[in-house]
Amino acid sequence: MSHAAVAEHEFGLEPAESPLTPESWGKLGMWVFLAADAMSFGGLLAGYGALRYGDPTWPRPSTILGIQLTAVMTFLLICSSVTMVEALAAIRRGDRDRLEWFLFLTICGGMIFLGLQAFEWNKLILREGQSISRNNFGATFFILTGFHGCHVFGGVCLLSAILGRASRGVTGAIVVPIVAALLTIGTLVITSATLSGLVGIGSALVGSGLVYMVAKLLRAPTSVYSAHSNNEVEIGALYWHFVDLIWILVFTFVYLV
Amino acid sequence: MTVHTPEQIAKEERRYMQVFAWLAILTAVELGVIYAPIARIAIGGMLVLLAATKAALVAMFFMHLSAEKRTLAYIALTPALLCVLLVFALLPDLGAITRALTHATPPPATAHE
Repeated sequence: MSHAAVAEHEFGLEPAESPLTPESWGKLGMWVFLAADAMSFGGLLAGYGALRYGDPTWPRPSTILGIQLTAVMTFLLICSSVTMVEALAAIRRGDRDRLEWFLFLTICGGMIFLGLQAFEWNKLILREGQSISRNNFGATFFILTGFHGCHVFGGVCLLSAILGRASRGVTGAIVVPIVAALLTIGTLVITSATLSGLVGIGSALVGSGLVYMVAKLLRAPTSVYSAHSNNEVEIGALYWHFVDLIWILVFTFVYLV
Repeated sequence: MTVHTPEQIAKEERRYMQVFAWLAILTAVELGVIYAPIARIAIGGMLVLLAATKAALVAMFFMHLSAEKRTLAYIALTPALLCVLLVFALLPDLGAITRALTHATPPPATAHE
């Protein structure tokens, strides 16, 4: 804690620095949010485990769910976590171009993941006859993966906001995530309409490419992020890694065990 | 704001790649384990262990928890412990109810007449 912060604390004021995360209060806020969010997932996973334990008719997941496809999706999220840490490393070096490039790759990974999830859901509903109301397996599967999918969607929007802010401050932080949200929804609709995983990947690539282009078109000569000021990138990265971490658990408990 | 030296960043980037390699390897091992000719309970145990290892790698190195203050690690770990507690709290209750429901024989039609 800095001298100024200590001095303020001695006079009975709130410390200017977060005691746990001296970089910013925002980072501590994100950690607290993630802890709360982890409880949401924890509750869902615990409920899933309890329902499954007591139901002898529970189907073996590998006989219904496509393990290979989901393994690819898992690998994709792990790759997107790596591109996210590379984005953070880039801005810590003051390299704005590489920050934007790696943010684009991360957004691209998220959108492809969602496209493949839409494909998987449609396959399960239309070809396998699964639904949220059919049995406990369907209910828990669609709620768990759907809740996680919402987090990925939120992550794509959050990272797009960071990309937009890196590109053109507040204007970019508003315009780029709106474009990203609309294109992600478009990807989901196209994938569902065509029932093709490859079309899902293609539309996600086009969608994320358009997001990157919009950010490039808006690009101002200077960025709000630098080697000395990049807290928001780190906070966004925390969220994205959390989404990856949760998927690792969902993949194991829902698809493999 | 902590400023990282180029050497620190380069070292971190090497570590990220090592973690990425481990995550990829562990995911491949998970896929291999589910087809292993061993008891289901052993497969389940191994998968849980592998998932916990992968989650710990992401939290410690990608989320930089290993470099943060220990109190923050406790905050992050608490939901995991509570989740385990929740599972064991729910199992006897919900498990029994579900078992009863799935095994319940429908009441005879004459009972309502």
